Amino acid sequence: MNIKTISSEPTPGSSATRVALRVRDLKKCFGSLEVIRGVSLTAHRGEVISILGSSGSGKSTLLRCLNFLETPSDGEIWISGRQVSLRDGRTGQREINALRMKLGMVFQSFNLWSHKTVLENIVEAPIHVIGLPKREACLRAEELLLKVGLADKRHVYPCHLSGGQQQRVAIARALAMEPEILLFDEPTSALDPELVGEVLKVIRSLAGEGRTMLIVTHELGFARQVSNRVVFLHRGQIEEENEPGAFFGNPTSPRLKEFLSAQSGEARR
Amino acid sequence: MNWYLIVEALPLLLEGALLTVKLTATSLVLGLFIALPLALLRASPSRALSRPILLYTFVLRGTPLLVQLFLIYYGASQVEWVRSSILWSILREPYWCALIAFSLNNAAYTTEILRGGIRAVPSGEIEAAKALGMSYALRTRRIVLPTAFRLSLPTYANEIVLMLKASSLASTITLMELTGTARKIVAQTFSPYEVFISAALIYLGITFVVVHVVERVERHVTRHLRRVEFQNDYDEQARDMTQIPALEQVAR
Amino acid sequence: MIDLQGFGDQIAVGAMTTFRIAMASLVLGIGVGLLGATAKLSQFQVLRRLANAYTTIIRGVPELLIILILYFGGTVALTALFGRYVEVDAFAAGVFSLTIVFGAYAAEVFRAAIQAVPTGQIEAAQALGLSKALTWRLVVVPQMWRYALPGLGNLWLTLLKDTALVSVVGLEDVMRKTGVAAGSTHTPLTFYSIAASIYLSFTSISLVCLTLLERRANRGVRIAE
Repeated sequence: MNIKTISSEPTPGSSATRVALRVRDLKKCFGSLEVIRGVSLTAHRGEVISILGSSGSGKSTLLRCLNFLETPSDGEIWISGRQVSLRDGRTGQREINALRMKLGMVFQSFNLWSHKTVLENIVEAPIHVIGLPKREACLRAEELLLKVGLADKRHVYPCHLSGGQQQRVAIARALAMEPEILLFDEPTSALDPELVGEVLKVIRSLAGEGRTMLIVTHELGFARQVSNRVVFLHRGQIEEENEPGAFFGNPTSPRLKEFLSAQSGEARR
Repeated sequence: MNWYLIVEALPLLLEGALLTVKLTATSLVLGLFIALPLALLRASPSRALSRPILLYTFVLRGTPLLVQLFLIYYGASQVEWVRSSILWSILREPYWCALIAFSLNNAAYTTEILRGGIRAVPSGEIEAAKALGMSYALRTRRIVLPTAFRLSLPTYANEIVLMLKASSLASTITLMELTGTARKIVAQTFSPYEVFISAALIYLGITFVVVHVVERVERHVTRHLRRVEFQNDYDEQARDMTQIPALEQVAR
Repeated sequence: MIDLQGFGDQIAVGAMTTFRIAMASLVLGIGVGLLGATAKLSQFQVLRRLANAYTTIIRGVPELLIILILYFGGTVALTALFGRYVEVDAFAAGVFSLTIVFGAYAAEVFRAAIQAVPTGQIEAAQALGLSKALTWRLVVVPQMWRYALPGLGNLWLTLLKDTALVSVVGLEDVMRKTGVAAGSTHTPLTFYSIAASIYLSFTSISLVCLTLLERRANRGVRIAE
């Protein structure tokens, strides 16, 4: 990978403008435990990248470092051509908030606000963070609810929804901020098997729209269908990275082979 | 049992009760006002911010309210610069001394109660707020505090009743609230039973009302967490039944 | 060092009195609380109703008022009884009142603690042939203490602080002694601060002891982190 300039906006027309996200040599330690040991990754606009790995491999941590829910210990991150400064150890809160507006995140446990209705959950950030007028925010929310198939649930509270429905609301909530990149942290791992499908359907349609997405998942079949590239993370490092056909059909790394055979042993689909 | 005496004393006692309620309510409001920023500091992960507040709550919760009351009422007169300043006109009055003492004491307890509530807010909901770009101030205002208040409500309800009972201490510095009035009447009539028991019954009455009102508020505030009885679409109901929302536990 | 102006001895005596009245009320209060708890869990509705009424009333009436009722009311009653003026001893009135208050709250704590003992334990005892009385004595009560300890600890701390109220009816405790010193030396701030520190030390020592007790009571129990 050619890494051109490290500073501000890249020159228009160069391949760099199509890069939505770039990570170079990212490291994250919790105390003495090194969870991410130098990960480098590039995501172009419209690319869907699935991140696989066994538990403890650092996949969730990697995602959480991107929007600074965890503070990276070292490395470089570029979002839409702008580098996020990490060197001095403290990244400004303003910068982090601005960054988070470009990155939408969907959590494993949905994390909907229990004291707000579905509609209120979705319009909360657009109204109070961006300053969108209530009318517009509600219109946007209605569109999104239609898209995820929950238009009739707008005034329902999260505890009255199934897990699959809650996750779809969570996706709508993330989309409401019109992020450039979507991060999915094991979006279906907390769901009962029969509810997984409805969420994957929504994610698939988003991929079809040409959105840039990073998906940490255990759903191998889904990853194969929907991704442009698949990444295998092991012990905090990228062991293998390839397009789905080669990744699943012809794995080269021994650990990946092990992982795939273990997963297919308890095939979910 | 001298019923006639009770009837005669009742209006005076009720007048005292009015002062009791006024004193209690004002102390609660002021206490909450003080406790809110303190609770946020106390809930902070930074020890430098949390420890000083802990010292405050520790001292105020570890010493009797009576001592705190006397320190302010009697103690203020010892300090030279207080006596010669405008503060003296305030600190000379038993009402203000009582109000200050009660508010500070209540603030200490409320701070710890709110802190507990803040820490009980599901961390996932806070992370979601962060991920959406909400600043500390915004997510504290819109997400953390509403939920923290709701979770603190049962304990705070208890604190309201305790504050009501604590107000009786104002009688020791000559305030004619309910207990003070009762003592005065007893001193004049030598009938402790009739008067004190009437006063006790009035306290019980006020407590009863307070508890009822709080229960109503609690029910209203947690209405979004109660299960929906019926849904029109049976298929949807059947499918939803398989998913038991764990969020209901958040209400406790 | 703060100049106690010769009142140090008196204040120390007051501190002892405070401690004694608190301890006395604690012991008696636990007794009353246990009785109240068994009444709350009794099969007789009358007992349950009485016990619950007791708790509800005490919870709604200020401690100071209860002390005043028992002190002045007691004086009137005794005077009527003996035909001449008999004054109730402040210490006795204080212990009586604080016991009643402590007992009411303790009854609730014990009730919850008894019900918290896993029913499986009681069933096992019954299956082994233990009588109800033996089950109670050997299985329920020892385990019940573990659940009751935090609640009782809190009640003890409240009790310590409530003893100050008895000074209002003349008990010669820390409050009274420091009050006298404050009055004669015109340094209320100094002496009430001393009173506050004495109570604070009692509280702190109690907290340490309670932590140790809880640790001992929870030996052999795995606590979820």
